[in-house]
Amino acid sequence: MTYKTIIEDDIDVLVVGAGLGGTGAAFEARYWGKNKKIVIAEKANIDRSGAVAQGLYAINCYMGTRWGENNPEDHVRYARMDLMGMVREDLAFDMARHVDSAVHQFEEWGLPIMRDEKTGVYLREGRWQIMIHGESYKPIVAEAAKKSADKVFNRICVTHLLMDDSKDNRIAGAVGFNVRTGNYHVFKSKTVICGAGGASNIFKPRSVGEGAGRVWYAPWSSGSAYGLMIGAGAKMTQMENRIVLARFKDGYGPVGAYFLHLKTYTQNCLGEEYESKWFPALTEMVGKEYLDTENQHLSHKPIPTCLRNHAFINEVNAGRGPIHMVTMEAFQDPHLEEIGWHNFLGMTVGQAVLWAATDVDPKYENPELTTSEPYVMGSHATGCGAWCSGPEDVSPEEYFWGYNRMSTVEGLFGAGDAVGGTPHAFSSGSFTEGRLAAKAACKYIDDGKAAGIMVSDKQIADRKAEIYKPLETYTVGRNEIVAGSVNPNYINPRQGLDRLQKMMDEYCGGFGVNYMTNEKLLQIGLKKMATLGEDLDKIAAEDIHELLRAWELKHRYLTSESVFQHTLFRKETRWPGYYYRGDAMKLDDKDWHVLTVSHRDRETGQYTMEKAPLYHLVDEA
Amino acid sequence: MPTFVYMTRCDGCGQCVDICPSDIMHIDKTLRRAYNIEPNMCWECYSCVKACPHHAIDVRGYADFAPLGSSVRVHRDEEKGTIAWRIKFRNGQKDMELLAPITTKPWGTCIPQLADVAAPAAAVVDSELLFNEPKYVAMNDNALPTLKSNKLSLKEGVYY
Repeated sequence: MTYKTIIEDDIDVLVVGAGLGGTGAAFEARYWGKNKKIVIAEKANIDRSGAVAQGLYAINCYMGTRWGENNPEDHVRYARMDLMGMVREDLAFDMARHVDSAVHQFEEWGLPIMRDEKTGVYLREGRWQIMIHGESYKPIVAEAAKKSADKVFNRICVTHLLMDDSKDNRIAGAVGFNVRTGNYHVFKSKTVICGAGGASNIFKPRSVGEGAGRVWYAPWSSGSAYGLMIGAGAKMTQMENRIVLARFKDGYGPVGAYFLHLKTYTQNCLGEEYESKWFPALTEMVGKEYLDTENQHLSHKPIPTCLRNHAFINEVNAGRGPIHMVTMEAFQDPHLEEIGWHNFLGMTVGQAVLWAATDVDPKYENPELTTSEPYVMGSHATGCGAWCSGPEDVSPEEYFWGYNRMSTVEGLFGAGDAVGGTPHAFSSGSFTEGRLAAKAACKYIDDGKAAGIMVSDKQIADRKAEIYKPLETYTVGRNEIVAGSVNPNYINPRQGLDRLQKMMDEYCGGFGVNYMTNEKLLQIGLKKMATLGEDLDKIAAEDIHELLRAWELKHRYLTSESVFQHTLFRKETRWPGYYYRGDAMKLDDKDWHVLTVSHRDRETGQYTMEKAPLYHLVDEA
Repeated sequence: MPTFVYMTRCDGCGQCVDICPSDIMHIDKTLRRAYNIEPNMCWECYSCVKACPHHAIDVRGYADFAPLGSSVRVHRDEEKGTIAWRIKFRNGQKDMELLAPITTKPWGTCIPQLADVAAPAAAVVDSELLFNEPKYVAMNDNALPTLKSNKLSLKEGVYY
């Protein structure tokens, strides 16, 4: 082994993954930890990393309390309805009461937020969304993180978290390798804030061949937040709650601004409105409490995203696809037309490229929509992630164990996609969660909770051997064959990813089976997952770049296994339109109005599942 | 839509290698110029296209669904604080130029250095407040909302 071992010692706050969550954490940590050593380890370059690398055209979570628009509890109730009741409302309330302070600072830093020319109020796209020129959203917040951090290590793929060898279940840092030099990096730290992102590319994508990277969530979102935290033995919640997006076909361009601001709408191939006809049967499945078409307008409750997907999927299956977005009316207004294009250029350039390539001018042609493959993440309209403590002044006993956003592993905090049960945080809410986690991490250290951490040389050496094993596997097995990628001793990362995606698609409810699964399918899937797990021990990497892909795949694998276990556990169809349990097609509030919580044993890999109670925000009588 | 690099414009400076979020822009060891080593892990995020000082990087629609012949070019300027786009359709019937701001401040000058900000008082450390709060929550003197202030409680059970 020629790679150097580089040890960074005495870190107080280690931020693993600096997307919006991680940058928020690094920024805020400096304020509460003036003399603390704050270090960032990032897989790419923090100026353009994470889900917001490309930019955003809207901030989807902003209360507007300063203008009397919304209170935090309004947002919690909205998220609750959208997620069919399944939200950690303590975390959601906490995020919502702080989120505006992040946005107001972004504006001071130079992020262009659009304002109503007459009133000066932020221009709304919808009730929760404000419009921005956010091409440089990420470089701007990255600058704030860089100013606070003592050191930023770009291009470090963190593969594992380090555990304390003196006290069980306590974090001690992280290890990984530099994807350019190949060097082994050891970060010894009193706390870790994990912001390593959700998961794209674990279900087979609709895109094929060269286009396989054209996914809704970034292809570099490798589920590493989950892979790292599950690997460290942290409990996870709501991992069954994958999300399916109705988006512009092939390019996955966003539809939020189109629906909310441009007032475009959808119709089937016959030019008919189709959603409402599916709702009576859907009300039978989920209950009137979740979909009351007669009184929806009175309750002002939104129709949950998954239920709208359900209507879309069923209309297509009935032979009346494709579903079109009616843009031809709105785009006659040159101002709205320009907004429609800016919207893509600011956050999904690929959609603009696709329309240019296929001569789709939405002014004269209504573009097609499609439902995507499922994604596992926790900051959009879904809430996968780690089971974390809430804030002291809000959380009930079952949700509180001392430090805000701390997982069930001591000293391991989460932000953004990493934290479970907090949907609808989006970019601003993820940044806010990072800030909350940073303050709590500093307090954890100041309370003496990180005293006496010990990392043995053996742990460091064992991880090093494990990390580089795929290179060795390649070297040893390669010369047994003449040439090519077919080898009886190993598979490469792309082959492993293809297998994982096919399995998730067919057994865990991907687009290829119309999002359908059941207990039998899940059990077969888990059996096949076990053998894939064995084969991943024999994964081969030809070079350091492939080693990166190998470890991303291992993180995706751990994420997927958790999704399987959670999907098997929840015996109901809670979110029709996200996925269906064919053997339990109804929503079941009697047995399943609960959060699902899993624990994977660090040593044995065995899963245990439990139900956790749901607490809801209610008005004091 | 994977990126590609024009041979005559690239000088191998490595800006794209430095910025690519997917780690797929690498320098070809023989030609000493950049290229996309893994097109099917490209998100067409344009980070490399924007970063290239010579406009040597462009994008060609994904072969599996995008026909040849259109173009989406960009010029990002931190000094001017703008980004300029040009979209040309395949059939030549649409040719759009779009301009947007990327910042409202001189680039990189208005971000605070928290190490230099006065340390928080002990009472604030023990509170639920974050930096600049409560002021920045609603840009006024109101306190941070709590369950009590907003007359709420958290109840176990089934509520809609």
